[in-house]
Parts: sequence; C-alpha cells; structure tokens
Amino acid sequence: MAQTPNAQPRPDTKSAEIRLKALSEELRCLVCQNQTLADSNADLAVDLRNQVKSLIDQGQSDSQIKTYLVERYGDFVLYKPPMQANTWLLWLGPFVLLIFGALIWRRVQRTSERSAVSASSALASAAPPSNGAAPSPAGQSDSRAFAESTDRALSARQEAARKLLD
Amino acid sequence: MMRTIKFLIPLAIFLAIGWFLLLGLDRNPRDIPSPLVGKPAPDFSLPVLADLSRTWTPAEMKGQVWLLNVWGSWCTACQVEHPLLLELAAKKTVPIVGLAWKDMPDNSKAWLKRFGDPYLLSVMDFNGKVAIDYGVYGAPETFLIDKQGVIRFKQVGPVTPEVISGKLLPLVAQLKAAP
Repeated sequence: MAQTPNAQPRPDTKSAEIRLKALSEELRCLVCQNQTLADSNADLAVDLRNQVKSLIDQGQSDSQIKTYLVERYGDFVLYKPPMQANTWLLWLGPFVLLIFGALIWRRVQRTSERSAVSASSALASAAPPSNGAAPSPAGQSDSRAFAESTDRALSARQEAARKLLD
Repeated sequence: MMRTIKFLIPLAIFLAIGWFLLLGLDRNPRDIPSPLVGKPAPDFSLPVLADLSRTWTPAEMKGQVWLLNVWGSWCTACQVEHPLLLELAAKKTVPIVGLAWKDMPDNSKAWLKRFGDPYLLSVMDFNGKVAIDYGVYGAPETFLIDKQGVIRFKQVGPVTPEVISGKLLPLVAQLKAAP
C-alpha cells in the first residue's frame, strides 16, 4: 500500500471517540465551571469539544491538546490541578497536616503517660504522716501497703487507658 | 506561661484559616486570569462585517495601540458596556475593532444600527475558532493590544468607568508613548 511521506496514520473513529470522551472528562467547562467539558451543554463547551476532536484527528497527543488549551485558558481549564510549584501546598497540604496532627497526638499521649507514671511514683515514695516521733512498725507498713495499693490501682488504670487508645 | 502558649496555638491556627477563607470570599471564579497577557495577539484572517468578501488581519494594526472587543447581538451584557465604548470611540483616543463572536451578519448589522457602532470595523468569527485562540469564554471581553501586537491587558465582562479610567486609559497612554 503506497503512502505519501508525510501521511499520518488516521486514528480509527472508535479510539478517537474514546480519547475525546476521556479528554473531555479531564477538562473544565469555563462557562459552567463545576462541570467537565464532557457534561456541559454550553455553546463554548460544544465549540471546545469540536476543537479537541479536530486536534485528535490531526494526530495531536493528549498532553499536546491539554497544553494547547492551557496556553489559551490557563491552568484552570484542567479539572485536575497540575503538580507544579504553585500547587504543592494544595496537593501536599492535607498530608502535611495529617503528619503534624499525628506528631501532636503522640506528644500528648507521651506527656499524659509521663505524668501518670510520676504521680504514682510520687505516691510510693511519699512519707506517710506520723503521730509519734518514732513511727511504729505497724503504722509504717500500713501506710506503705496503702501507697503500694494506690500505685497498683494507678498502674491498672494506666494499662486500661493504653489498651483503649491502641 | 507554656500553658498559655499551648492554649493560643489552636486559636492562631483558626485565625489563619479564617483569614484565608475571608480572602477567598473576595475572589470571583468567573474572572480567570489570561495566560495571553504579555504574549503576541494570535493572528487570524476573518471576513469584515461591512463587506464579507473582504478579510482583515490584526497585522493591519501594527504600529498602533488598539482594543479588540468581543461582542455578539445575542449578548445582553454587551448592551451594558456599549455606551461606554461609544464614549471611548467618540474621544478618538484608541481605535476599537469588534470581534462578532458566533453571530449572523444580519443580526450583527441590525444590532449596531440600533445601539450604535463604536468600531473601526467588525470581523465575523462564525465558528468561534479565533475566540478560542484568544481564550475567550464569554462576552463581552476586551483586549488591549500594543504597537508590536502584544496583548497587554484583558477585561473579562463589561468594561466599567472605573476600568476605563483606572486601568485602560493610563495603559493606553503609556503604550502610546512607548516606541
């Protein structure tokens, strides 16, 4: 089959239609701005779809067609914001906030654990109030038992809290 | 002291977010900044309304500062700005060329007869291809083009007295004074 040197292979109609639909769904209708080019019935949308179709027929690639439109209408015509310097904050912002939030949560958790531990150790080492100059052995062991049981109760509560948070 | 600072951080974040949202309220999503400002005005060759057998290209305006006004007989907002264009044309400060977008010659002619014709001439963009080249997405839109054929300013929507006296005329004077 003879071909002239500059002939472009014609894309078959079916794949051109598919490409047109796919591209139209990635482009914004500038008149009805919350609709894609595929969905909108505005006159301009019809014109732009025709223009995209004729560019497809001319053999332009998807990215070439998008560039063509961005050159005329700016980044806003792309439904998905491009990944470039002025959109980093837009794309990465939510993840940054999530990491930030997670770090704060961890700090808060550690601080509350530390204060719970120090409270129980303070109780264990605190000298019980004595009535006499020399604390009776019985009285001392009583207060120590009291401190130890409080300590145990606190640790048990801490464990329960940790299990809840996990 | 530390507790006060920790208490204030969420408040500060809230105020910062609120500030950005407030700024956002002022923005108009219909006003899309044109990527063509600072670039050469796209070339074209279109039939002239007054004589459809004749064609016209923007190259004919090289050496002049001029306005390209996109309009249509179907466009109601164009009626709003039209008196201002007539005033501007009467002052003879800057020539205005009309781009009749997706219009029928009979309708365009009738409209100009009814409302007045401020244009040096009007050209017909029947299929809207030239409008797409200029990034037009609504009417009216007005482009200010300098002596080298570079777009210097774009007005989306009707021109207002503030835009004319505040932005357009000073820029026209500046561009006229330039070589």
